[in-house]
Amino acid sequence: MNPIATTMARTPFVRNVRRSAALLALACALPAAWADSREMPASAMLPAYKQECAACHMAYPPGMLPASSWSRMMKGLDQHYGTDASLDPAMVRQISTWLEAHAGTYKRVREAPPQDRITQSAWFERKHREVEPAVWKRAAVGSRANCIACHTRADQGDFDDDRVRIPK
Amino acid sequence: MPALHHGGMHTPHTTSLVRVTALLALVFALAPAHAGDTTAASQMQRWSDASGKPVSAERGRVFFTSRHGGEWSCASCHGNPPTTSTRHASTGKTITALAPAFNPERFTDTAKVDKWFRRNCNDVLSRECTAVEKADVLAWLLQFDAKNPPQAPKDKP
Repeated sequence: MNPIATTMARTPFVRNVRRSAALLALACALPAAWADSREMPASAMLPAYKQECAACHMAYPPGMLPASSWSRMMKGLDQHYGTDASLDPAMVRQISTWLEAHAGTYKRVREAPPQDRITQSAWFERKHREVEPAVWKRAAVGSRANCIACHTRADQGDFDDDRVRIPK
Repeated sequence: MPALHHGGMHTPHTTSLVRVTALLALVFALAPAHAGDTTAASQMQRWSDASGKPVSAERGRVFFTSRHGGEWSCASCHGNPPTTSTRHASTGKTITALAPAFNPERFTDTAKVDKWFRRNCNDVLSRECTAVEKADVLAWLLQFDAKNPPQAPKDKP
């Protein structure tokens, strides 16, 4: 081995560069892990999104719907699945921009589901095909949109299968 | 008796400084409970002034618990009496108590108060509420006393 290179590798400068490169790679890899996924940690969610949308229901990860669904939804907040969820225009703009930037783009999410409902997406149906119809009707579940009934850390944006506990 | 002060450490000046500091500390300690810009009582006054009519807590109770021809009443989501946590009628999400005595955060932020009255009145009445209606509901909500909590919640109407 070249002795000069060996010495170089031990200098603080090189170590720092390596450390920075590793940190940079990690910083890039972390957002990428949920950039186009149905999961997103609550800590990565826009504070205004959490404040406004999660006032009535859990903060659904933006990757669960395509941009076209989010866009339509944010234009009709005064009639949001049967309730008035209207916000002032500046807030609508801020949340829309973020949702559309983080919307799902990969194959199974790209297509807008009927009524822009996550629970009517093809991937949702497929993922839940083994859930008996009676399970959805249990009092502790109540609705297909009530993710946290079974996905115990759904409010943290975590839908990992290992954390699923179906209530009796 | 000014002589008393001259001899001691606590001159009127230090005493008031200590007192002001203590008061400031108290204000900051209490601030999170009233982070907003207003109070429930001043919101009631705002709508009472706007309508020019005296408030009626009884009218507020009837308004709050009635369905107004639709599917929901205010109590569908906020409960009756609205002094405990409840669940949203469609999403099931927990809603903290509405009566200010049971939840000091309530009605302390004007923008939030206006936003929720606008939305919830549209949901229950398919229109915005009038100033009289809002003042009456506040009058009813302000009647609840945390020291004398009401009977166990009745079934949702």
